[in-house]
Amino acid sequence: MQLIYFTEQPMSAYPQEAGDKLGYTATFFPNKYFDPVAGARLYQERLEEYIYAEEVGADGIMLNEHHNAPFTMQAKINIFGAVLAAATKRCKIVLHGNPLPIIDNPVRIAEEVAQLDMISGGRIISGILRGAGQEYVATNANPVFTRERFEEAHDLIVKTWTESGPFRWEKDHYQFRCVNPWALPLQKPFPRIWCPGVVSKESIVWAARHRYPYIALNPTLEDAARIWDLYDTNAKDVGFEGGSPYRGYLIRCHVQDSAEKALENARQFMWMQGEFLGLGHPVWGSPSGYGSPTTRKQRLGVGRRKIPSFEEQLANNMIVAGNPDMVIKQLRTILESTRASILCLWGNDGRVDHENSMSCIKTLGEEVMPALRDIGKELGIEDPFEANTPVSLDHGPSYIPTTEGELVAPY
Amino acid sequence: MTTSATAREEFVDVAGLRLHVAVTGSGGPIVVLHQDIGSPGIHDPFVQELAQTNTVYLPTHPGFDKQDVPEWARHPRDLAVLHLWALRDLGLSSITLCGLGFGGWIAAEMATMAHQLIGKLALVGAAGIQPPEGDEIMDQFVFSATEYIRAGFADQSHFDRLFQEEPDVDQLEIWEINREMTTRVAWKPYMFSLPLARLVGGIKASTLLVWGEDDHIVPLSAGRRYQSLIPGSRLEVIPGCGHFVEYEKPAELAKLVAAL
Repeated sequence: MQLIYFTEQPMSAYPQEAGDKLGYTATFFPNKYFDPVAGARLYQERLEEYIYAEEVGADGIMLNEHHNAPFTMQAKINIFGAVLAAATKRCKIVLHGNPLPIIDNPVRIAEEVAQLDMISGGRIISGILRGAGQEYVATNANPVFTRERFEEAHDLIVKTWTESGPFRWEKDHYQFRCVNPWALPLQKPFPRIWCPGVVSKESIVWAARHRYPYIALNPTLEDAARIWDLYDTNAKDVGFEGGSPYRGYLIRCHVQDSAEKALENARQFMWMQGEFLGLGHPVWGSPSGYGSPTTRKQRLGVGRRKIPSFEEQLANNMIVAGNPDMVIKQLRTILESTRASILCLWGNDGRVDHENSMSCIKTLGEEVMPALRDIGKELGIEDPFEANTPVSLDHGPSYIPTTEGELVAPY
Repeated sequence: MTTSATAREEFVDVAGLRLHVAVTGSGGPIVVLHQDIGSPGIHDPFVQELAQTNTVYLPTHPGFDKQDVPEWARHPRDLAVLHLWALRDLGLSSITLCGLGFGGWIAAEMATMAHQLIGKLALVGAAGIQPPEGDEIMDQFVFSATEYIRAGFADQSHFDRLFQEEPDVDQLEIWEINREMTTRVAWKPYMFSLPLARLVGGIKASTLLVWGEDDHIVPLSAGRRYQSLIPGSRLEVIPGCGHFVEYEKPAELAKLVAAL
C-alpha cells in the first residue's frame, strides 16, 4: 500500500461575506480578499503538517495546484515540491499533477521535475493532468486544444527524459529548436507518472494505454468500479493485466480521537464543494472545448450538478470521518471495493485549523495507516513498487543508478 | 417572407473540407458571413430582403453548424482564406461582402486580401478590431451561450421569438459546437487581431459600417475605430438596436447593404 497524505491547502482566511455577496468564490473572485499575512502563516502551518505526516508514517505527500481561487494556495506544485524535497527525507513527493496543457513550455516542466528528482534523491512521482476547466480561463490556455496539448507535452517530456539532447521538436502545439536541458531525473528511465482524474473517459483510456496508474479523485464507489473496468479492459487490449498496482483513489478522510470532533471538522469538506459558497459560473469550470464532444449534448442537458449533502456523502463513503475505528471500517469498505494500492488521504480542508490538522495527521499515522497496511496485506493489494511494475508500456521498472555503478530500486 | 424560388445549396471542396453555401435570389452577388452563433439560414428575413434584388450567397463558416471542422485552423484569417477559395471556385466576381459580428471580422480579413473580388464591404457590429482603451468586446467564453446571445438583443422579445424563452437542448448543442469553433480561432486575443488594425488601411472597397446603438457585445467605439482606420468608410448607427442588427432591424439593414 502507498498511503499518501493530501490537503488542498485552502486559503480559508478570506471574508466569507464577500463570497456570499458576489455569489462565487473562484476565477473572478477579486484577489483583494487574499490576505498575504494569513497566507504566509498558512504556508508555514501546511509545511509543518507535511513534515509531521512523513514523521508519522505517510509514504508520500500529494500536491496539487489551482489558480484564481481560495480553495488551493498552490500556484505551482513544483515550487512546493522543491520545499518538500529539502524539508523531508523519506517520503515520496507526489505531484498531482503538472497541468500540461496550460503550460506553454513542457521542456521547462521536464527540467523542473528533473531538478526536484535529484534534490529529493529520487522521491518524485511525476503526476500529469489536464487541469480543471477554470485553469484555462485563469491562464488563457485554449481549452479546445486541451487533449492535443496534454498528449504532445507528455511525449515531449518523456523524450526529453529518455533521449539525449540536443534535438529539435516541431509539432502541432510546441516548437523548440534546442531541447537540451542540463537537468535530468535521477530515477531511470524517468520518475513514475501517475494520472489523476475526475470523470473524463478519454483520460482513463489514455492512462491505461500508457500503463500509467490512474488516480480516481474521490468518485463514488460505483463510478470507481466503472473506471477500473474501463482501465482494465484497455490494459488487456495493450497487453497487460490491470488491477491494484494501477489503481489510485483519493478519499476525503478526517479522523480524530473524538468522533464528534471529527464529524464537526469533516463538515469543512463541504466548504469547497460549494455548500457554503458557490464556486462560480458553470462555464468557468467547463469552458467550450474542454469537455469531450462525445458528452457535449448530455452535459448541456443536465444543467448544474447537485452536490450531495454531507450526510449523503458520509453514507456513500465519499467522505470518511470519525474516530479511528469508524474511519478504518469505512476505509476497509473502500479498499475491498476498489482494491486501490495508492490511497490518497485528503485529511484536512476548509477552515480546519492547524491544531486539528496536526491531531488528524497524528491519528492517521499512528492508528489508521498501520491498520490500512494490514488490510492491504490481507486483501493481497500490491502497489506499483511492490509489484515492480514498468514505469510505462514502453519502458521497464524504475531504478536509480549509484556512483558505484549499481542499479537500485528507488524505494 | 417566402423563400425565393431560386434557393439552392452548393458544396465547395476546400482544403479537404466540404464548405456549405446556401444561395437565394437573383441580381448582383452579395455574400453574407454569419455571426459566431451560427448561420441565420436562408429563410431569415434579412437574407430574404436582400434576395429581392440580389443573389445572396450565405456560406457556413467551416466548423460551424455541424459542418466539417478544420482542426488545423488557428485564426479567423484561416477561415477567411477558405471562404475566398470557395468564392473563387463558385466563379464570383465584384461582390458585395457583408459580415455580421464575428463574420464581420472574417469579412475584414478577406477585404485586406482580395481587392479585386470585393467591390463593396459592409461590416455590421464587426469584431476584429480592439476597441479603444476602457471598452472591450463582451467575452462570451465566461458566460453561457444563452446569456451571451441575450446580451446581443436590445429587445429580448426577439430572442424569445427566435430561440424560445428557454432554448431547447438541440439549439444549445449547435451553439456549443459554434462556440468550440470560435474558441479554436479566437480565444486569444479575444475577438480582435492587432495586425488587422494595420492592414485594413489598404481596403479600397466602398465600405459601410453599421452598428446597433445599443450593441453590448462589440461596442460602438470599435465601429468608430474601424471608421478611422478604413479610408472613406461610412458609419451608420441604428437606434433601438443591439448587436444582432440582422435580427432586430432586418429591413433597415438590408436597405443599407443593398444601397451600397
